[in-house]
Amino acid sequence: MGETIASLKIGEHGIIENFSLDAIPLKLLEMGCLPGQEVELLQVAPFKDPLYIMVNGSHLAIRIETAEKINITKL
Amino acid sequence: MKKNKVVKLALVGNPNTGKTSLFNQLTGLNQKVGNYPGITVDKKQGKCKISDDLTAEVIDLPGTYSINPTTLDETIVLETLLNKNNPSFPDLVVVVAEVENLKRNLLLFSQIKDLKIPTLLVINMKDQMQRKGISIDIIKLKEELKSEVVLISARKKIGIDALKIEIANYKTWNTSPIANISDKIDAAYFKELKETFTTFSLYKSWLLITQQKYCSFLTKKQQNEIKKFTENKEQINRYQHKETIYRYQKINEILKKTYVVDKSQATDLRSKLDRILTHKIFGYVIFVAILFLIFQSIFEWATLPMDLIDGFFANLRALAKNNLPTGAFTNLIAEGVIPGIGGVLIFIPQITILFIFISILEETGYMSRVVFLMDKIMRRFGMGGKSIIPLISGTACAIPAIMASRNISSWRERLITILVIPFTTCSARLPVYAILISIIIPQKRVLGILNLQGLTLMGLYLLGFTAAILSAILLNYVLKVKHRSLFAIEMPNYKLPSIKNIFYTVVEKVKAFITGAGSIILAISIILWFLASNGANNFKNAEKIVTTQTKNQTISKEKMHKKIASYKLENSYIGMMGKTIEPIIKPMGYDWKIGIALISSFAAREVFVGALATIYNVESDNDNTTTIKERMNSEINPKTGEKRFNFATGMSLLLFYAFAMQCIGTLAIVKRETKSWKWPILQLTGMGILAYIVSVLTFTFLN
Repeated sequence: MGETIASLKIGEHGIIENFSLDAIPLKLLEMGCLPGQEVELLQVAPFKDPLYIMVNGSHLAIRIETAEKINITKL
Repeated sequence: MKKNKVVKLALVGNPNTGKTSLFNQLTGLNQKVGNYPGITVDKKQGKCKISDDLTAEVIDLPGTYSINPTTLDETIVLETLLNKNNPSFPDLVVVVAEVENLKRNLLLFSQIKDLKIPTLLVINMKDQMQRKGISIDIIKLKEELKSEVVLISARKKIGIDALKIEIANYKTWNTSPIANISDKIDAAYFKELKETFTTFSLYKSWLLITQQKYCSFLTKKQQNEIKKFTENKEQINRYQHKETIYRYQKINEILKKTYVVDKSQATDLRSKLDRILTHKIFGYVIFVAILFLIFQSIFEWATLPMDLIDGFFANLRALAKNNLPTGAFTNLIAEGVIPGIGGVLIFIPQITILFIFISILEETGYMSRVVFLMDKIMRRFGMGGKSIIPLISGTACAIPAIMASRNISSWRERLITILVIPFTTCSARLPVYAILISIIIPQKRVLGILNLQGLTLMGLYLLGFTAAILSAILLNYVLKVKHRSLFAIEMPNYKLPSIKNIFYTVVEKVKAFITGAGSIILAISIILWFLASNGANNFKNAEKIVTTQTKNQTISKEKMHKKIASYKLENSYIGMMGKTIEPIIKPMGYDWKIGIALISSFAAREVFVGALATIYNVESDNDNTTTIKERMNSEINPKTGEKRFNFATGMSLLLFYAFAMQCIGTLAIVKRETKSWKWPILQLTGMGILAYIVSVLTFTFLN
């Protein structure tokens, strides 16, 4: 469907699908951003970047270019 | 009597877990900041009495989410734990986790546990459990993790004694690994790895494969063997991802059995605060208001203690002069050492206030919101949201600020940040600004509450930031450095700041300033005094020459004294240096005496005030009780009959100090951090030329 974290609206949830391993830094996985986990978009910074998300119990801010590479299924 | 045994204990943990609070509880004031050999990352360590016969040397390792490093600070953790011959290699590790983010914290714990170093898990913020609706089955958790687990509340001092009792028994700790990485990823690959390095734990061998940069301690033979396993980079990358996913699976299984959160009990303060503090309008308004508050307080609150310190040292000098036997030694004490020490101590009020604010912003979790708010904007200038912390710290001192840039993972963003930091108004500029502002700007209030001098100071801060931003834009355009940006930051929960932590941070920074910058200032003050009190032939014969010159005039004894003193200063070594550069600095509106202060403040800006103090003190022999401000105010330009520090000269000096790169310490740290002379030389010349041009233009225009 081509949905990514970047296409979520504030307050919406999704489940992370498998993502391309080259595109996503190991650090993001280590901070809890893993396939199969639920993700919620909490806030968007001014100028629409970065995004403030909650995933796997972690509150993280990631840039939109990273968010666009993480495929999800909206809930 | 039993012998007192000393063990090395390393504290490891994610950022924002209260690791530093625990470190402060364990070591108290018994801590010091040293350096790791060869690198400049601060190494915080301290001693802690564990039991009657056991003392721990506690090392506070930088906060990290994983043992796989992405920033310079994080490599310290890996290097310390990987190499048994590293002087900091610990006998035992205490992993500090936080109750709310236990899952993520356990990832790091599981990695360290697999290294087979005796490891204990501390779960901090026990006092928050009830409020957040969390309950943990500790007995079961101990069993699953094959480790001792201690619940504490570092801030409330709960559980510290229980922790010490566990540490005392560290020899009995279970050191078996918890995550068996091999079968889940590639059984054959890991079997071969295990057979090749029989003396290492399997996880350690695996780390040596994934982090080859840190293998230099291995033998040649071992390094060659490693090469067999590292040919397929893509495979390693994939295995690392798999490893992380597997570790989380394992942790989830364990937590399912031991950890319960009742969400209905959790309060939602965090999201309410976030909505306001990261709001696209209110967020910025609040941030600007906080900055404004900081700068107003620095100027308002620090004035009184600074005047007291200034007055105290003026009195002390008079006391020394009047009570010690006259001679070279007394002169050195009264004119070199005492003003030198005074010149260092006078910064303390401002540095203290600034660091209190910065550490409150960090402690509460607000700083991460600023990073979030500013990231997009900062990227237009070639920096990132994380550059904000170094830039704000730069208002205290550029040296720790440049070191704080280490957690920026993109080299390009980091380099630009490092290069522009010296434009931000550091506390070394403050005394120069403070004294010049108090002389050229009237003490008035505008709009009823705003202090005009404070506003001028704020203007100078804004000027510094603007210069930093503009040069970043320029650098962003010019620099051709490859970069790969990786930006993922944690947004920690809001916390009330701990007074104890703030206290220790401020003490540490002030101590570092006094010992670091202070010793330079003191040394320069003494050298200056020597250069000002000695000279060539004209200096030695000063009395004779002046007497001959004024033979036909009737002059009071006191006036005669002054004439001789100023003749002496003019012909001293420092006077000669000042005279040599006078033609160059004349267009900026300075005379040779200011020139002396410029030369001596080349190494460190703050020396400017001390240097002028020394120069004017050598010149005036009698009234020792006047403060430096009074002396500067009464200095007359002999050509115009006007005050020497008039508006034009004062502004020109202010702007010169705003732009010029006058700090040897910063240049040295930039060289170390960028591993090249190219960047500090660029800073020195670029900023120097800019400062000169601006000052000449300002003076010409205003005069």
